[in-house]
Amino acid sequence: MHIPDGYLSPVTCGVMYATSTPFWVVAVNRVRNVLTHRTVPVLALFSAFSFVLMMFNVPIPGGTTAHAVGATLLAIVLGPWPAVLGVSTALAIQALFFGDGGLLTFGANCFNMAIVMPLVGYFIYKVISSDSDAMSPRRTIGAIIGSYVGIVAAATCAGIELGLQPTLFHSINGTPLYAPYALGVALPAMLIAHLAVAGPVEAVVTGGVVAYLQRTHSSLIKADAPQKKEGKVWLLWGALGVAALATPIGLLASGTAWGEWGVDELKTLGLGFIPEGMQKLAGWWPAPMPDYGLPRMAAVIGYILSAFVGIVLIAFLIWLLGRWLSRKNQEKSDVSTEGGPLEH
Amino acid sequence: MKGDDFLTKSISGFSGLLETVVSTEDISHRKGLLQNLDPRIKLVSFLLFIITVSLVHSLPVLGVIFVLIFLISSASKVSPGFFLKRVLIFVPIFTLLIAIPALFLTPGQPLMNLAGKVTITQQGALSAGFLLLRVTNSLSLGVLLILTTPWSNILVALRWIRVPAILVDILGMTYRYMFLLLHSTNSMFLARRSRVIGSFSGSENRRWLGRALATTMAKSQRLSEDVYLAMLSRGYQGEVRVLNEFSLKRRDYVWMTFSLIAIVTLFWVGHL
Repeated sequence: MHIPDGYLSPVTCGVMYATSTPFWVVAVNRVRNVLTHRTVPVLALFSAFSFVLMMFNVPIPGGTTAHAVGATLLAIVLGPWPAVLGVSTALAIQALFFGDGGLLTFGANCFNMAIVMPLVGYFIYKVISSDSDAMSPRRTIGAIIGSYVGIVAAATCAGIELGLQPTLFHSINGTPLYAPYALGVALPAMLIAHLAVAGPVEAVVTGGVVAYLQRTHSSLIKADAPQKKEGKVWLLWGALGVAALATPIGLLASGTAWGEWGVDELKTLGLGFIPEGMQKLAGWWPAPMPDYGLPRMAAVIGYILSAFVGIVLIAFLIWLLGRWLSRKNQEKSDVSTEGGPLEH
Repeated sequence: MKGDDFLTKSISGFSGLLETVVSTEDISHRKGLLQNLDPRIKLVSFLLFIITVSLVHSLPVLGVIFVLIFLISSASKVSPGFFLKRVLIFVPIFTLLIAIPALFLTPGQPLMNLAGKVTITQQGALSAGFLLLRVTNSLSLGVLLILTTPWSNILVALRWIRVPAILVDILGMTYRYMFLLLHSTNSMFLARRSRVIGSFSGSENRRWLGRALATTMAKSQRLSEDVYLAMLSRGYQGEVRVLNEFSLKRRDYVWMTFSLIAIVTLFWVGHL
């Protein structure tokens, strides 16, 4: 799933960097608050682990081998935000040092594998395991399903990014300038490969590691203290997901990709804002590329893409607002909460 | 032995990686054209070149860029065989496989008819050429940058282009501990390999792999505690200090001028 340079247009690369940056900023701040001075050594070691994990050859039926990404696994053990940074770092070393994934496409690769994948995977894991204890089989099942859905969501994003290229970026006589396959080819190709091969590999590895950690290092899969408000937060996320799917987007991806985002923080959520934002951005999106003579199809896809970016941006703004409000409340009541060394 | 193939594969993967790193370090310390440049100027100019590669709309210009990269790599004491092997082996071949169906699937004017059945379109051929040359060129630039710049200097350059210090620190430490973890997992695989006589089923192998990974993960966690304490006892206060003793010399300005002229020319010609 590592997209090399040359497959995506510079505009797409820019958009993907811009989409990933707020996640990195949030991740750095969250991790710094919890780990304080430990941030650098803890993340360095787990990034190194993430890199090693991506090198493991996993035997698959038929005598060949495949690689796992391990983003969901990292999110389960470290928490979602440290996982975002850990996998991003591992991807940076792969891109810089080994030419595995491009430098311009780094933003897109990180969005798919270091942001969407751990956040989606972790969300599913949390929903399934919820407040079960560390040894519960629900955690293993959550890890298996979460990692499977996580990698499929990541592949969906990659498929969309690649599939948009020929529609949005072609010369006057219709020659695709970057990845040549349209959405109708690129998306199914990515999905089939990941539903059938990479997904099961990811699920088996993640499930196997979590099951073994439960037996031998259960402190790494520590049971989180059940939070009172949790049920309500899931409900809100669910409602937001349904609302997003109900919009005439018809793309599975936008439902799963962002839906994960900032799971436990999003306490104040105004659903009414989303459609407005999407419409506003939809008009804005095709404008930067008038030179390419956008056909109607491209406008539709531009709409979808902008909806996707719009949802992410607006969810981010609302989340920031919620965070600011809750911090204000916290300052008032003067309650300090102490986090463990590893965030959950 | 078929079932245990993944052990051999992983072990050779690990050693292949170490070999790459050692040869890279070796080349980056030679005295060549690119090695003598300031890492900051080099990083920025290479990023600009990669952007140029992705913006140019002309196959001949993309071809010229590859020749240019090849010439610069020779001037930087990278042996041509080594460079081509490292660049051309994996990604471009994979891209070629991806590009072939595009010859037929892209709608457009027919260019060639194969066996009277399938038609290669002009647009398809151009598009496949674009993809292949762009991927090869971008990858060559990335490889050349890393071959001629020691890792620590890349980190200095990253800091200079305003990548947050905390991310650069993590990147630097990750690179260091990556080898330790690779080494220890390699030992695990070797130990397993030397104890195995028959062959195991795929599911048994996968279970073992899960256990190996979980152990490595627990090790990383433990190690991070130890490393943190070691850093603390050496006076770490949450900030990594680095020596930055780079200063721009005349050759850096010459290189930058050359790069800018080359980029503007390529861009101008390639966009017509």
